[in-house]
Amino acid sequence: MNERVLMKGNEALAEAAICAGCRHFFGYPITPQTEVAAYMAKRMPKIGGTYLQAESEIAAINMVLGASSAGVRAMTSSSSPGISLKSEGISYIAGSDLPALIVNVQRGGPGLGGIQPSQSDYWQATKATGHGDFHMLVFAPSTVQEMVDLVFDAFDLGDKYRMPAMLFLDGMLGQMMEPVILPDPSSRPVIEKPWAANGHQGKRPHNIIKSLYLEPQELERTIIERFKRYDHIKATEQRAEEYLTDDADIIIVAYGASSRIARSAVNTARSMGIKAGLIRPITLWPFPVDIINKNVENTKAFLSVEMSMGQMVDDVRLVVNGRRPVSFFGRTGGIIPTPDEVLEQIKAINGGM
Amino acid sequence: MAKIIINESVCKGCEICVNTCPQKIIALASDRINSKGYHPAQLLDENKCTGCCSCAMMCPDVAITVER
Amino acid sequence: MAIVFSKPHALTDKPFHYCPGCPHGIVHRLVAETIDELGIEGRTVGVAPVGCSVMAYDYFSCDMIEAAHGRAPAVATGLKRALPNNIVFTYQGDGDLAAIGMCETIHAATRGENITVIFINNAIYGMTGGQMAPTSLPGQVTQTSPYGRDVKTAGYPIRVCELLSTLDGVTFAQRVAVDSVKNVNIAKRAIKKAFTNQVEGKGYSIIEVVSTCPTNWGMSPMEAFQWMRDNMLPYYPLGVYKDKSEGEN
Repeated sequence: MNERVLMKGNEALAEAAICAGCRHFFGYPITPQTEVAAYMAKRMPKIGGTYLQAESEIAAINMVLGASSAGVRAMTSSSSPGISLKSEGISYIAGSDLPALIVNVQRGGPGLGGIQPSQSDYWQATKATGHGDFHMLVFAPSTVQEMVDLVFDAFDLGDKYRMPAMLFLDGMLGQMMEPVILPDPSSRPVIEKPWAANGHQGKRPHNIIKSLYLEPQELERTIIERFKRYDHIKATEQRAEEYLTDDADIIIVAYGASSRIARSAVNTARSMGIKAGLIRPITLWPFPVDIINKNVENTKAFLSVEMSMGQMVDDVRLVVNGRRPVSFFGRTGGIIPTPDEVLEQIKAINGGM
Repeated sequence: MAKIIINESVCKGCEICVNTCPQKIIALASDRINSKGYHPAQLLDENKCTGCCSCAMMCPDVAITVER
Repeated sequence: MAIVFSKPHALTDKPFHYCPGCPHGIVHRLVAETIDELGIEGRTVGVAPVGCSVMAYDYFSCDMIEAAHGRAPAVATGLKRALPNNIVFTYQGDGDLAAIGMCETIHAATRGENITVIFINNAIYGMTGGQMAPTSLPGQVTQTSPYGRDVKTAGYPIRVCELLSTLDGVTFAQRVAVDSVKNVNIAKRAIKKAFTNQVEGKGYSIIEVVSTCPTNWGMSPMEAFQWMRDNMLPYYPLGVYKDKSEGEN
């Protein structure tokens, strides 16, 4: 067992990536994720890895595509405006069936927006990161330890399913210092990559990594095959934490930083005699449909709490499907909601029941 | 003693070889078309071919093999 | 009799989809011959562009990657950093390399990535049907410069070899043509040198091939070669623009 160390979120995730075998990091400076790049710039040369500061986020994600094509674990990190630039490359990575880790330490948008924590890229991450029919795995940790663990999972599952994975954070988690234990990489599965374009050495036919299929029938077939994989992932990889949901009348759905605030509000509500609970999605894609679904009949109302104008709430409503009221509370633009604000929402819902 | 072998099925009749051949002994076969719909190039006089490879070096479809 | 000229092993048997007389096929063959002669097919990975040669991945026998438009130098960078002992080349047209991918091109060059870049400059976007390219000549009529490229509004063509040769990271830059047996021989030597530099760890090499587009220029292949000689070569003179492979210069 590795020892417990106190680490800042952004640095812990970088060290976790190195532990997970990643030796290729391609980045471009942007607030508030620069510490990930700075940590990699310091560590990679010492361990024979590559830290490369690209000329743009577009170049960085395509360098990830190139390194991933070679069969190695590769990653990039950025923040919201930079992820928009990477969305082209993410679409190509998905269309080429390549794994890659993309970290988004979200800030307020649209446009240049601001540099304070935000969760307003939910739609982009889960529904529309680039053009075309595809998904990527989206992981939303809420503690530094979980951030570390999910870096491993993102690499492992990305390799297993040959698809991009996003670690979906915000500036608050990135800056937080908490004790962490780095996982033991030797306990993880080794995933062979016979598809890699790393030189055939005269021993196999040439490998081609591409996303182009000019015959519509072939493109459709390729996408349908990919979506069968997505169906399998939806059936097996949904993750969420349930907190005090067994007897809850009101269930908050919140992920990442806002789930920490929601948890405080749930605790205070409980101390006041209100039966509140929390479902904290850990995978945003696949969305934890099953865990929310099994709670619908036993509760009276849902409240989605986000640092946005309300994005995940759409997915909650799709699951609840009119069976219970689903309301939304959020702050946006880089403002973190307070536990008291969330508590007021819980009280209002409770009073109306 | 030399000759060229033209893979007629990939020839597109672009005539670069016709214009390049120093012996002027390549022409398009006006009596036939290949599966792509082109009149393929053909060697007119094997006795005059020097095996210089000029046609093959200029062929954009790598359709020509040269023996010497 | 012995076979003295045949298709190189590094080309697959798939017939090229290019238009009749398109010099892409000549350049593909020169690259493939080089791969054969250096004995590197098993460890070479090529990066195809977006443009007419988008399907180059079907034609080379080595491993291949199809990059997004303009991103081949970034893809090649990631690939080469992951596989420093492999041989990595990009094959790009003028729109791909000198318009949408100029940023990636310049930065891969200035980093001195140990890769080989084959750049086809035919002054037009071929795949999309003949639009103005960054290298279209002043006055050149294209689908999107129907009155001729007006430098007052569309600016001037970019001379890629001249531009890149100012960068310290560039080891070798040569502009060639494939319009004659003599020029094909020169082009072959240049391409071989560009790959040899990489094998020897000497850094970034680019070969610009001034080429033609008979279809979109609206000419026969031979007329296109003549138009290229009359119009393109004065603007894009052939020759070695930079060579520090034999030491600094």
